[in-house]
Order: sequence, then C-alpha cells, then structure tokens
Amino acid sequence: MSRRGILVYAETIGSEIHPVTFELIGKARELAEKLDLEVWSTILGYGIADKAAELIYHGADKVYVYDDERLRDLNVIAHKSVLVELAKEIEPEIFLLGATPWGRSLAPRIAAALDTGLTADCIDLQIDKDGELLQIRPAFTGNILAHIKTSSRPIMATIRYRVMKMPQRDPSRKGEIIIRKFNDVDCDGIKCLGKVSERRINLADAEVVVAGGRGLKKKEDLVLLEELANLLGGVVGVSRPLVEEGWISKDHQVGFSGNVVKPKLYIACGISGSPQHLAGMRDSGMIIAVNSDPSAPIFRHADYGVVADLYEFIPKLILLLKNRKEM
Amino acid sequence: MRLGLRIIVLIKQVPDIEKVRFDVETGRIDRSSAPAETNPFDLHALEAGLQIKEKLGGSVTVISMSPRQAESSLKDALARGADRAILLTDTRLAGADTIATAKALAAAIRKLGEFDLILCGEKTVDGDTGQVGPEVAELLGIPHAAYVCEIREITHEWIKVVSDMGDKYLYELKLPALLTVTRELNSPRLPTLKDLLRAKRSQVEVWTADDLSEYVPLDQLGFQGSKTRVVKVVIPSTEHRRGIMLRGDEAVEKIGMIILSEVLGK
Ligand SMILES: Cc1cc2nc3c(=O)[nH]c(=O)nc-3n(C[C@H](O)[C@H](O)[C@H](O)COP(=O)(O)OP(=O)(O)OC[C@H]3O[C@@H](n4cnc5c(N)ncnc54)[C@H](O)[C@@H]3O)c2cc1C
Ligand SMILES: Cc1cc2nc3c(=O)[nH]c(=O)nc-3n(C[C@H](O)[C@H](O)[C@H](O)COP(=O)(O)OP(=O)(O)OC[C@H]3O[C@@H](n4cnc5c(N)ncnc54)[C@H](O)[C@@H]3O)c2cc1C
Repeated sequence: MSRRGILVYAETIGSEIHPVTFELIGKARELAEKLDLEVWSTILGYGIADKAAELIYHGADKVYVYDDERLRDLNVIAHKSVLVELAKEIEPEIFLLGATPWGRSLAPRIAAALDTGLTADCIDLQIDKDGELLQIRPAFTGNILAHIKTSSRPIMATIRYRVMKMPQRDPSRKGEIIIRKFNDVDCDGIKCLGKVSERRINLADAEVVVAGGRGLKKKEDLVLLEELANLLGGVVGVSRPLVEEGWISKDHQVGFSGNVVKPKLYIACGISGSPQHLAGMRDSGMIIAVNSDPSAPIFRHADYGVVADLYEFIPKLILLLKNRKEM
Repeated sequence: MRLGLRIIVLIKQVPDIEKVRFDVETGRIDRSSAPAETNPFDLHALEAGLQIKEKLGGSVTVISMSPRQAESSLKDALARGADRAILLTDTRLAGADTIATAKALAAAIRKLGEFDLILCGEKTVDGDTGQVGPEVAELLGIPHAAYVCEIREITHEWIKVVSDMGDKYLYELKLPALLTVTRELNSPRLPTLKDLLRAKRSQVEVWTADDLSEYVPLDQLGFQGSKTRVVKVVIPSTEHRRGIMLRGDEAVEKIGMIILSEVLGK
C-alpha cells in the first residue's frame, strides 16, 4: 500500500499549541497538493483535546488526539513511544516536527526507532523536478546550505520556527478528529520534576532586535540599547561574550549557541560579526551595523554600516527618533 | 559492590569554523584550509565526565568515529584526564549520516560492556544536527536529557539535571542515561603538565568496522547505511545586502529616516 499522508507533530507549551505547528501544517498543505497526499496532525498532552480543531482550521485533514495525564509533562520516552506507534500504524510519507529544543530532542529518538533518515533544522522544503522532496538546511555554523534527500520512509525533518508562512485560519474548514488511547509504556527512566525557570523574553518573535557586543564597556551601558529597543518596540539581544560575563541572561544571546532571530530590523552595536553570531541573525529583514572599526566583518553582512563610536551614535539616534516621534 | 561510575564521552573532530573557507562558486568546503580541533561542545561533555569521576570515582572512556587524524583529539582528551580512548576508523564507516553514525557508536558502546553515563555535546559546529546523542540513547534503550546546562545531583542510581529548552526543566534520569550538554554547563580545564606526559605514554585504541560486526550488521554503517544524502551544497552569499557605509552626523539623520520610514512605516 502506498503512503497517503504528511504527518505534522503539534507541539504544545502547557496547553497551548506552539505556533511553529501551524506553519508546518501550512507547508504540509502546500506539499500535499503537489504530491496528492492528505495532511495529518497529532497532538499529545493533558487537557488539550479541545485544541485539535485549531489544527483543522489551519489545514489538517485528520487529527489524532492523545489526551492523558501521563502525557502532561515533557517526558521524551512517553511522547516518543506514542509517536512511534502512530507512525508505524498510519505510515506517513513525510513526518515533520518543529526544530524547537524539544522537537530536536524528540525527533532523533523517533527516527532511530523507525530506522529512518532525519534532516535537522530545515529552512525550506521543495519538490524537485523528479517529484522528490528536497530538504534545505544550514550547516557549518550557518555558513552553507545543504540540500538533502532521504531514501527511507517516512522522510523525517525538523523545521525552524518562523521560516514557513503562517497559513490563514479558516474556522469553517472541516476535518476528522480521532481520539486515541495512550497505551501505557514504561517511561519511569525519566521524570520531569517541573519547570525551574521561564524564558524571560522571546527573541524569536521580536520584530526589532537591538543587539550589543563587546563594544560595550560595562554592564550598565546595556541601558542605552534598552532605551533604543523600547523606542522601536523591540528587545535587546547580545553576542555571547556578554552572557559569559554574566551581564545578561542567555535568553538574550543571538547566534549559533543562542537564539536564531529573523526580525524586520536588526541593529548590531559593537559586534564584530563572527560566524557564530552571523548564524543567528543573517536572515534578518534589514541589518544595520554600528562599529568603530571600518574593517569589521559585520559590515559585509549589513544593509547599512555606520562607522562610529556607539557611545556617540546611539544617544544621537535616540534623540532624533524621540524628536520625530513627538512631531 | 559497585566501584565508581563508568562514564563514556563521545567526541568528534571538526574544522576550526573561524578559519575554514567556503567556495561560493562551486559550493565546496575546503577542509584543508582550517586546522582540525575537538568540537567545542564536546570539551564541556568531557569536563562534566571528569568532574563526576572526581566526585564518585570510576572511569572516563572517550570514543570518536573519525578519520585517523582525530587521534590528536583523543590524545588531548587523555591529557585532560580521560582513562581510555577508542578511535573507530575505517573507510567502511565513512560518509555516515547521523543514524549510521549513531549505530556505529552504539555498537562500540555495547562492545565496551556495561556503562552508567554517556555524555555528548549539544551539537557539532560542522554537521550541526544535534541528532547523534538522542539517536544513540534510543538505540541503547536508555533515557536521555538534551541541552543540559546544569547537573544538580548524581548518585550511582540516578542523576538530576536542568535541561534548557527555552524554559528550563528539572529532570531525574535513572542510570544508565545519556546527556547532551551546552556550553553553560562548565568551563573545560586545560591539561596539566603531568597529564600531558601521561597522555604521551598512553595509547589510543584503534577499532575497525570488523570490531563492531558482532553488534551491528556492517551494511547499516557508513555511506551504505545512511538514509539521508547531501545532494548539493550552496554557499549563501550576502551580496544582496546593500552595504551602504555612513559616517558622522549624516549617518544619524539617514539611519533615523530609514528606521522611521522603512521599519516603523511612518
Ligand atoms: C562553539 C561556539 C559557539 C559560539 N556561539 C556564539 C553565539 O551563539 N553567539 C555569539 O555572539 N557568539 C558565539 N560564539 C563566540 C564568537 O566566536 C565570538 O567570540 C563573539 O561573537 C564575539 O562577540 P563580539 O562581536 O561582541 O566581540 P568582538 O569580536 O570582540 O567584537 C567587538 C566589536 O566591537 C567594536 N567596538 C569596540 N568598541 C566600540 C565602540 N565604542 N563603538 C562601536 N564599536 C566598538 C570592535 O571594533 C569589534 O568589532 C561562539 C563561539 C564558539 C566557539
Ligand atoms: C552539510 C552537511 C549536512 C548534514 N545534514 C545531515 C542531516 O540533516 N541529517 C543527518 O542524519 N546527517 C546529516 N549530515 C551527516 C552528519 O553530519 C554526520 O552523520 C556526522 O557524522 C554526525 O552528525 P553531526 O555532526 O550533526 O553530529 P551531532 O549530532 O550534532 O553531534 C552531537 C554530539 O554527538 C557526538 N558525536 C557526533 N558525531 C560523532 C562521531 N563521529 N564520533 C563520536 N561522537 C560523535 C558528539 O558528542 C557531538 O557533540 C550532514 C553532513 C553534512 C556535511
């Protein structure tokens, strides 16, 4: 029997669906039309059953729901077991998960259990001229884009948040909701003892990021960037050394080992433009770099480069923006 | 009676990403342009293993599946305090995707016998998937925690760790278990002179595919056993950026206007 669907895992945070899920359903819908497949989704958790309709409104044809107290916590063994069993039963052609930290921890276990290929952290999926799925992903710290094909089934991939278009929500869309039972599995090997801290800011969702690097002389000077960020309705980002100095929490770090951001506007102040930093912001809409060194590599990746001391430039810019805003 | 923890650290050798050159025209990665080094995240995994050994006793074994030259990374691990180093090297293991890599590593771990804890980096700076660790855990049928930024407590039976998934969660895992670690976990030590001398004398054990044949079918390893293929590599150029350079007060005025009109839509 040939495989008939594309399965999208609906990630939940608490009892909310992570928005990457809808982006994946949108992409799956587009691929499904080309490949003549259905779009399936599955949602796991506790007290989430009423969310299943949202997946249909965004483009799913069928939703498999596992609502069980034992699935409330992010227990990787429990969630893996359910998804492996489901994938073996319904045999999707393609199986997509969000490349969130949870998705990137969960997906490889499923792939290993299904003995199938998994492509990490994709930024695009295309159908090539032979009708095969091309998975496109950054590698080498974001320096290259690899095009990857998978020979086994299902084709599995994790996809980055905010790279696919958010589909229109259509509450008149119809689909099938299938309530499933959670067959108990032995997942005592791992216990989630609770959340120890919440992420304080969400860089990934920011429209404007004002980022500072080692060009800042002391922790207190971050206030300067905060003021500019507030004026622009944005948030403060930083290069890694500032996190290592303990000036600010890692939630603010942009780059390869921090957050990947894609704001409309990225202002880099006193950041040299290392490959690891670029990996986190190179896809921003507009990049403005402020650096006192005209040969700083960041200028090669910026739409506008300002050769200036940030301690002179930023206060003047703040003043100008304030004046104009008041007009 | 149990004597200490048997700890395994998985390490990969990678090119120094600051120096490696990419050919935009051909999409080639010129690996010879950069010196090789231990994947930076793996040094944190090794450090965690050494600290646990110092606390509870036991041994640290490092394993790498790599071309022969990765022996230097294993020697470095011995110098930092690892007790034993194994290099899996064979042309039949080359060209592996993450599944084929994980199968070879899991087979080597089985061959070593019993173990309590496996430590990996969060990801590598070249392949950059972060998949090998969780895949190894699944193949060995043990629990794992990814993005571990803190080890709270460890006994001979269990370990409590904080996993950084945006929000941070506390997990308790029964041993044997596998962790993938972030750079926030610790600061890797540098080898001491005494350790450097000891490492000089110690040997890296070299295993080939044949050494694994009892534990995994060889056709599941290397290029042959891989399910994903890199069919093309594109080096993105940033030439589409306008790259307009500005200075002085003119810059303030210009940037102010751009921000107001293009970004804030005023
Ligand atoms: C495995 C690995 C992962 C990493 N992950 C990340 C990551 O996620 N994110 C990250 O950012 N880094 C990361 N790094 C670190 C990275 O390699 C760089 O060290 C770091 O990005 C440099 O930060 P910077 O640009 O702030 O500092 P520097 O490189 O020191 O640059 C400071 C810049 O400020 C300019 N400057 C100085 N004074 C002024 C002034 N008064 N006005 C204007 N400009 C001024 C200087 O000209 C210089 O260009 C990682 C490294 C490794 C090995
Ligand atoms: C451009 C490019 C893109 C690729 N994309 C994919 C892809 O999407 N999917 C896929 O399956 N394969 C992919 N591969 C193949 C993949 O890079 C190799 O399988 C590689 O051997 C392991 O993956 P990684 O470097 O991503 O390791 P990661 O999974 O990022 O490594 C995590 C940790 O596992 C341990 N580890 C990893 N490799 C070894 C090793 N050889 N020896 C010992 N310990 C190790 C280390 O502790 C490391 O910190 C790609 C390769 C290239 C060149």
